[in-house]
Amino acid sequence: MEFRTYSSPHLSGTNHVGRLMRGVMLAALPGLILAWWFFGWGVLVNLVLAVSTCIGAEAAMLRMRRRPVRVTLGDGSAALTGLLLALALPPFAPWWIPVLGALFAIVIAKQLYGGLGYNPFNPAMVGYVVLLISFPREMTLWAPPQELADARLSLVQTLAWSLLGTLPAGTGIDAISMATPLDTIKTQLGLGLTLTEIQAGPRFGSLGGYGWEWVNLGFLLGGGWLLYRGTIQWQIPAGFLGGLFVMALLFYAADSDTYASPLFHLFSGAAMLGAFFIATDPVSASTTPRGRLVYGIGIGILVYIIRAWGGYPDGVAFAVLLMNMAVPTIDYYTQPRVYGQGGE
Amino acid sequence: MADHAGDHERLDLSRLHHFHGGLKLPECKAAATATPLRTLPVPPRLILPLQQHIGEPARPVVAIGDQVRKGQLIARAEGYVSVPVHASTSGRVTDIGDYPVPHPSGLSAPAIVIDSDGDDTPVAGTPHGDYRSLDPSELRNRIRRAGIVGLGGAGFPTFIKMNPGPHKPVDLLLINGAECEPYISCDDMLMRERPQEVIEGIHILMHALQVGTCVIGVEDNKPEAIAALEQTVAADHRLGDIRVQAIPTLYPSGGEKQLIRILTGREVPSQGLPADIGIVCQNPATVAAVYHAIHRNEPLISRIVTVTGTGVEAPANLEVRIGTPMRHLIEACGGYTPGVDRMLMGGPMMGFALTSDALPVTKTTNCLLATTREELPPPEPPRPCIRCGECVRVCPAQLLPQQLYWFAHARDFDKAQDYNLFDCIECGCCAYVCPSRLPLVQYYRFAKTEIWAQERDRIKADIARQRHESRQERLEREKRERAERLKRKKQAVREGDDNSKQAAIQAALERARARKQTGADSPEKSD
Repeated sequence: MEFRTYSSPHLSGTNHVGRLMRGVMLAALPGLILAWWFFGWGVLVNLVLAVSTCIGAEAAMLRMRRRPVRVTLGDGSAALTGLLLALALPPFAPWWIPVLGALFAIVIAKQLYGGLGYNPFNPAMVGYVVLLISFPREMTLWAPPQELADARLSLVQTLAWSLLGTLPAGTGIDAISMATPLDTIKTQLGLGLTLTEIQAGPRFGSLGGYGWEWVNLGFLLGGGWLLYRGTIQWQIPAGFLGGLFVMALLFYAADSDTYASPLFHLFSGAAMLGAFFIATDPVSASTTPRGRLVYGIGIGILVYIIRAWGGYPDGVAFAVLLMNMAVPTIDYYTQPRVYGQGGE
Repeated sequence: MADHAGDHERLDLSRLHHFHGGLKLPECKAAATATPLRTLPVPPRLILPLQQHIGEPARPVVAIGDQVRKGQLIARAEGYVSVPVHASTSGRVTDIGDYPVPHPSGLSAPAIVIDSDGDDTPVAGTPHGDYRSLDPSELRNRIRRAGIVGLGGAGFPTFIKMNPGPHKPVDLLLINGAECEPYISCDDMLMRERPQEVIEGIHILMHALQVGTCVIGVEDNKPEAIAALEQTVAADHRLGDIRVQAIPTLYPSGGEKQLIRILTGREVPSQGLPADIGIVCQNPATVAAVYHAIHRNEPLISRIVTVTGTGVEAPANLEVRIGTPMRHLIEACGGYTPGVDRMLMGGPMMGFALTSDALPVTKTTNCLLATTREELPPPEPPRPCIRCGECVRVCPAQLLPQQLYWFAHARDFDKAQDYNLFDCIECGCCAYVCPSRLPLVQYYRFAKTEIWAQERDRIKADIARQRHESRQERLEREKRERAERLKRKKQAVREGDDNSKQAAIQAALERARARKQTGADSPEKSD
């Protein structure tokens, strides 16, 4: 009897790119739901716009590059980029913000470099940073957490604002939007207030900003699940959060009137989203175990530096992109000791 | 490496160590261990490849038409790294020529074909003394003459492993009973049913190596084998410390380097051998073959083969004659199931695919795995590497498999070697966990083969260059010598000329002077 032949190993596990990507998307659900709960329909509108643009752009680029469209889209990476970008965007952003960010992320930052696996920079963060430096005003249109809002937009009203730029009569966008807690601290410290005075306001909760701390907890929960499932390894989140925590602790201990507490930093802004979902993007991150720790710590420290002394209230995107640049060097110097190559 | 035994750190067997990475795999061993070991009858025709080992193929010492007996030498070892081949039964040599052999290349190789006479008449056995009266080198010779090679699958001549050289003192004999690959259970069945053969063989090897300690490492998914060995060891009151050590079931704990790490904490140096760190490692079936060779004076003519997978009706372990066509094994196990799709020799991780079941069982055939598409589906189309690092996490050699993949892919072989490509043991863990389903091991084999080819080309080019250079040198030298000779000749001629001129002048002067004298006298005389 004759048989077909293949190369060993003949057995393969159940691990799959598509499964990984879908796992990460699923893990983002608690944070996403909490973000929707606290910041309204804008979160979901952004999500739909960003994800559909990412998928559309990926399909168009694949077709132009003569690559299999359906199979490649099945890996879920484009949808995940859209999801991560949307989670980073302000809820009152006009429709073209998520669309433009998604286009830039997929077309320039991913497909022009060769598609999945070949992009040196995190596509979602490239898209986000392009928006942040090109459209600073639109990128500050954050919503207040729901209990702090004077008026809350319904889904239809949110769509009208996003797509047509119209608001219910008698409200202006300045009236319904609100600066983020990190932004508030930055501005008010500039006005000479102390942190104790600033954080006495209702925008601040017991850990981070009110509402924000819950969203961060949501992402922490999802991140924990990813760790448990083995989708991500501990080094990058631990390095990121550890680096941020230690930096914050040092300066908080030195001057607690000017520098926010370590816990505040961990539960504000995009800390948890960044640590578990963004910095862990395998394609653009370091790949050696020690390198991942270095990479994570680097991001954590940079996030703190940008938050404390930089020109932007949060710095996850910049920190991730800066460390993306350092990845080849980190990988080179952190190669593991090979079996039989001496030392312990 | 070490000049004397003291150079090794003291052997500490009190605790187990870990190797990096590894995988928990589905075991799939139960089907073939459910029934006891059976002996397959001698088939009507045996095909005995001349190369069933690593090294030079053996050279036939029989001709077509010769009558041979069971255990008779039919091909002798050729060179040092080589072992002989023996007739697995009595009968007539009907052909010596190329036959398809089990090899990843799927190519044919020289083999001797014997048609059995059905009598299975052995060669006249020669009496032999107690192995303890034989010195190590005599034992090694006997092991070599019996054609024994590593039966775990690699097929390296055993006598070479038994001769690490005077500068490599051995302080531990390790028996690799881990059998970590899924499906394979031939060593398990041997250890369960014939533990005394393994222990007897161990005593012989300990004597041959002059070591006092032996550890048998067995994965803890084989409690019956562990119990059988422990009982045998407990009932054995001879000198020598033999221990049975259960180790956690984790693929590839049966890799020689990994097993050494688990049991001793030592690491075989990169590009080195276990003997460099005072260890000799053997497979239980090899040890049992040594027992047969020394105690019963029987060469290696049979082995235990696991026949399993959902592609066969009744999986089992069979003791078969070397050279038996594989289809006889399948028939003995109830034949194929309807969905059979592939047949592998070895396990699903490191085994290779066979093209047909007409191939003969060789000394290294530990397992025949016939599978259905449901069991081992055909490989999925690969996707791009996403650098997820799962391969790094599981690599038992602690390599960076994804980096090696990039370098192999880009044909950057220097870089691949910088990243220690040759420390890869091709266990397949990386490919197993790869979410992009990249055939990683295939890339490493490709890179290794290319590097070997380049190395061969380089050596060839070096030889050619050396030859060219020495020719140039010779031509130069000859030219120089010719010039030298010419110069000398000229000088000789010139000097000769000078001398003769001088001599002529001198002679003329002499003559003139003489004439003058005589002239001066003669005028007076003549006057």
